[in-house]
Amino acid sequence: MHNKSGFAEAASFFVPAQPVIVTMLAYVARRLLGAIPTLAVIVTLSFVMTRLAPGGPFDEEQALPPEIRANLEAAYGLDQPMAVQFGRYVAGLLRGDFGPSYKFRDFTVTELIASGLPVSLTIGAAAMLLAITLGIPAGIWAALRQDRLADRLVMSLAVAGISVPVFVIAPFLALVFGIWVHWLPVAGWTPGRPGDLVLPVVTLALPVIAYLARLTRGSLLEVLRAPWIRAARARGLPPHRILLVHALPGALLPVVSYLGPAVAAVLTGSLVVETIFGLPGMGRHLVQGALNRDYTLVMGMVIVYATLMITMNLMADLVYAWLDPRIRRERRL
Amino acid sequence: MSGRGGLWRDALSRLAGNRVALVSLAILALMVVAAVVGPFLLDYREDQIDWAHMAAPPLSAQGHWLGTDRLGRDLLVRTLYGLRVSMGIALLATLVSLAIGVSWGAVAGYLRGRTDALMMRVVDVLYALPQVFFVIILTVVFGRSPATLLVAIGAFGWLTMARIVRGQALALREREFVEAAIVGGAGTARIVTRHIIPNLLGPVIVFATLTVPQVILVESFLSFLGIGIQEPLASLGNLIADGAVEMETLCLLLASCCWCSASTSWATACATPSIRGITDGAARDQQADGGFRRTTRHSRG
Repeated sequence: MHNKSGFAEAASFFVPAQPVIVTMLAYVARRLLGAIPTLAVIVTLSFVMTRLAPGGPFDEEQALPPEIRANLEAAYGLDQPMAVQFGRYVAGLLRGDFGPSYKFRDFTVTELIASGLPVSLTIGAAAMLLAITLGIPAGIWAALRQDRLADRLVMSLAVAGISVPVFVIAPFLALVFGIWVHWLPVAGWTPGRPGDLVLPVVTLALPVIAYLARLTRGSLLEVLRAPWIRAARARGLPPHRILLVHALPGALLPVVSYLGPAVAAVLTGSLVVETIFGLPGMGRHLVQGALNRDYTLVMGMVIVYATLMITMNLMADLVYAWLDPRIRRERRL
Repeated sequence: MSGRGGLWRDALSRLAGNRVALVSLAILALMVVAAVVGPFLLDYREDQIDWAHMAAPPLSAQGHWLGTDRLGRDLLVRTLYGLRVSMGIALLATLVSLAIGVSWGAVAGYLRGRTDALMMRVVDVLYALPQVFFVIILTVVFGRSPATLLVAIGAFGWLTMARIVRGQALALREREFVEAAIVGGAGTARIVTRHIIPNLLGPVIVFATLTVPQVILVESFLSFLGIGIQEPLASLGNLIADGAVEMETLCLLLASCCWCSASTSWATACATPSIRGITDGAARDQQADGGFRRTTRHSRG
């Protein structure tokens, strides 16, 4: 281990030194370029899938008169060949225009996204923050008290948290705290009333807290058994310094690489949470759009969700690279 | 493949020694029997409305052991039907993903080269997609029905399966019996279907049982949102949604408990004896893969 890092240091002596920030930016740029094909596939696939559909957005119980139907299709550009439609859609996307919503006639998809995104981002970010601030310390605590009561308690709670899905937690929390004890509102969203946020955020955070606690405990236990920790103890370093400086950065690597999937879990979970607690976020628009067969709305939402996930994965990777000195050196970051 | 009987006996004895797995297996068996047989023993159908007893509490009315919902439908019967639908969908969707994944992976692994690279590239790209959202798009596009749900879940569930199968196929194609088949004049299609696929079914089945709880999760998730199974059909997902939206405590409690025990018992029962199976498969795969690289290097040098 020591030899290897010594070798890397010696090698980096011969490589022209670049400022860390420049290599970091280069890495970010490379990863951003890599995300473009994925996004292109997502856009193309969702476009093709919605156009494969038998029946169109204007099929209703009462058939429209053919002239009106033709006018509607012309107004939305649906009478054009598929390639032209796709070109127009992509050109619109590049300008940030997701097209008109077929069912909410007075709104464009961009407007619906703009109204829903802040709500979804607020609860998502709050849930991630809560999960990180509770889950990681809980895992550390359990690892330091291995096989004692605290450890058993945290770990059995974590197993429960992982195996119970969001759509079961949400109604139960609403039932207990909203209806039985009346502490919090059952549902609804009034800007500036933080009470509305509590249940959705806690619901979203619980599974992630559980998973983070388990991951942190497991990997910290592994790191604490490593020889360099024993060496640090032998040198008489204070325990908190061993934990914070020597053990934690390495132990947090698997935790950081879980953050990408965690964001995905929170985003899909927010579909359920927004539906159940009646929040006007993107998730509810997506579900409503899906039920109404509002293709442009569903496509727009899927594209935004996918972009969010890709961005979050990228950020998790950057944090990972920043934490792991081996990656920092080897990739010349 | 000579040790197959031994492996089975091995797995069974490990299972007998593991109490948690045994208990979960017993719970699972009980639920399956209840879901399959239960509705026949009860007096009501899942969509039958008992006008005389609406929203009846448990045991209050003749024949309604767990009461009725707000439309007067028997809750016990609906829960059992929901369990049946959820498990049925999970099994069938797993079969769909099994079929796609096995044929995709076996062909890619057997043909190798450019075809393999192209086919696995498709898998990589699909992996990068947010799958739940594409399942939602599919169910929206092709109408909400159990069949669409099946295909939509299966359509994205085969990716990991394809990877596992490809690894196995890469290893198997170097074995003597494949060589013998080639010498015997068998064509590619015949070798893949008769020699490669039968020999990699072991780890595939193990992996398939592990995906079932995940599929139950996706199905319930979609049904909960109203995109999956539709009323008057019952699934655990839309029963939970029903209980949640109308705040029918009992319905919620019942369906949730059912969901949790079904999925958890399935996961634990399958996980324990089969982890060994997967690692066995993976180890053999690596071994054979290394062997394959050695042989090619020899033949070239």
